Amino acid sequence: MNLQRDKAISVATGYRYQWEPAQNNHVLLYPEGMINLNESAATILGKVDGEASTDDIINSLKIDFPGADLENDVIEFLEIAIDRGWINVG
Amino acid sequence: MSVEAEAKNSGPRWLLAELTYTCPLQCPYCSNPVDFYRYRNELDTDGWVKVLREARELGAVQLGFSGGEPLVRKDLEDIVREGRELGYYTNLITSGIGMDGARVKKLRDAGMDHIQISFQASDQVLNDRFAGTNAFKHKVEMAREVKAQGYPMVLNFVLYRDNIDRIADILDLAMDLQADQVELANTQYYGWALANQKRLLPSRAQLQRAEKIAHDYQKRYEGKSRIIFVIPDYYEDRPKACMAGWGNIFLSIAPDGMALPCQGARQLPGLDFPNVRDHDIRWIWEESDAFNQYRGDSWMKEPCQTCPDRGKDFGGCRCQAFQFTGDATNADPVCGLSPHHSIIQQAVEAANNNDALESIPLIFRNSKNSRKHISGEQPI
Repeated sequence: MNLQRDKAISVATGYRYQWEPAQNNHVLLYPEGMINLNESAATILGKVDGEASTDDIINSLKIDFPGADLENDVIEFLEIAIDRGWINVG
Repeated sequence: MSVEAEAKNSGPRWLLAELTYTCPLQCPYCSNPVDFYRYRNELDTDGWVKVLREARELGAVQLGFSGGEPLVRKDLEDIVREGRELGYYTNLITSGIGMDGARVKKLRDAGMDHIQISFQASDQVLNDRFAGTNAFKHKVEMAREVKAQGYPMVLNFVLYRDNIDRIADILDLAMDLQADQVELANTQYYGWALANQKRLLPSRAQLQRAEKIAHDYQKRYEGKSRIIFVIPDYYEDRPKACMAGWGNIFLSIAPDGMALPCQGARQLPGLDFPNVRDHDIRWIWEESDAFNQYRGDSWMKEPCQTCPDRGKDFGGCRCQAFQFTGDATNADPVCGLSPHHSIIQQAVEAANNNDALESIPLIFRNSKNSRKHISGEQPI
C-alpha cells in the first residue's frame, strides 16, 4: 500500500474511538462490534482527528516521545487501519 | 503488528434492550418467545435508564435496541440519549416501520450511532407475505433515508426456504441501497421460528448454492460493502459458541425487566431469572444463581465434559439442548458427538427430501396466536 503521507486522516463513518474505564484501555467501536486497542495502537489512533496527516501524526508523536524511532510503526499501523476500514485518507 | 489488547474485565460487553414485544410485523421466523403476550408489563423510561447506568458501570459498551419493534416506544429517543451520554455505542435493530425521515433525524440528534434495518425478502410480494403486512416499500425508503442522513447502515436479511434462492436479488438490492454491511442470516430456530422450523429450513442444495453466490458478491464488493453469510447451525457438525458462553459478555433485558443471558433463555426450566425491578445489574451478573448456572464447565455432561473443544464452543446452545433433549445440560444436539444428534439429522433430511414443505401453513407471530397458545386453545 502506498500511503499518501500529506493527506488528512479521519476515523471512518460509524467508528468511534474512546477510553473504556472498565477495561482500562482505549477501544474502537463500530456497529455491533469493538476492538480493544493496545497502547501503541491507541496512541497513534488518538492523533487521528480529521485534520492531521500521516506526517503531522509522526511529528506530533516525535514531540511526545523524543528520540523514539516510531516512523515505521506509525505507517504500519495506519496501513492496517486503512485496510480494516477504520480510517480514511484524504 | 499487533494492535489489539487482551480483554481484562469480566463484566458484560453487550447489553441488548428488548424494549417491547409489540411489533407491527408478524414474521414467522421471529425468535421471540411464543408466549410473549404474557410479558406486557414493560419497564418504563426510568426503569431503562437505571438498567443502562448499572450495566455501563460494569463495562457494557455495545447497546442494542431491539424487541419486538423498538420504534413502538415513544420514549426511544430519551433512552437513546441517556445511552449515548453514558458512552455506549448505540444500535437500533428495526424493521423500519414506525419511523419517517423526521424520526431518523431525531434519533440521530439523540445520539443513535447505527441503524440496522431488516428485510424479509428482496421483493414486495414475498417480503410482505412474510412480514404479514405491507412493509417493503417503506423499508426501502427508510434504508435510503438512513444512508442519506449519514448513519452507517447494516441491512439484515433473514434467510429461509422461500427467499434463499433469491440471494442474488437480495444482494443486488442491498448494494443498490449502499449498505455498508449485509447480514445474510439464516434463521435461528427459536421461539416462533422453531414452531415453523419444518416449513422454513432450506435444503442443503439451496444452502450451498446461496453460499457460493454470497462468496462471489463478497469478492466483487470487497472494500465497498461487508457481506456476512451465516449458515444455519443445523448444517454444521459442531455447535456454535452460543453467546460466546453463558453469562460471559452478553446481557439481555426483556421488555418486562427480566435479565437473561440470551433472549431465548426464559424457556429453560429450573432457573429463577432475576428482574431488574428487584435487583441491580451487578448482583444479577455476579451473584445470581441463574447467571452462574452454566458458566465455566463444571455443569457439563459427557461428551462435553472431556471434549477438547469445550472451552471453544461451550457445548453449544443451552436452549437448543433443552428444546430437543429436555435437558439444558446436554450437549447441543447440533454437535456430531451428541448422542441426540439424530434429531437434527432428521430435521435436515426432511428439509432435503421433501419438496412439498412450502404447503405447510405458516404460524405468524402475533398477539392472537400468542394468546391462543397461552390459553391452551391452540398451543404452538
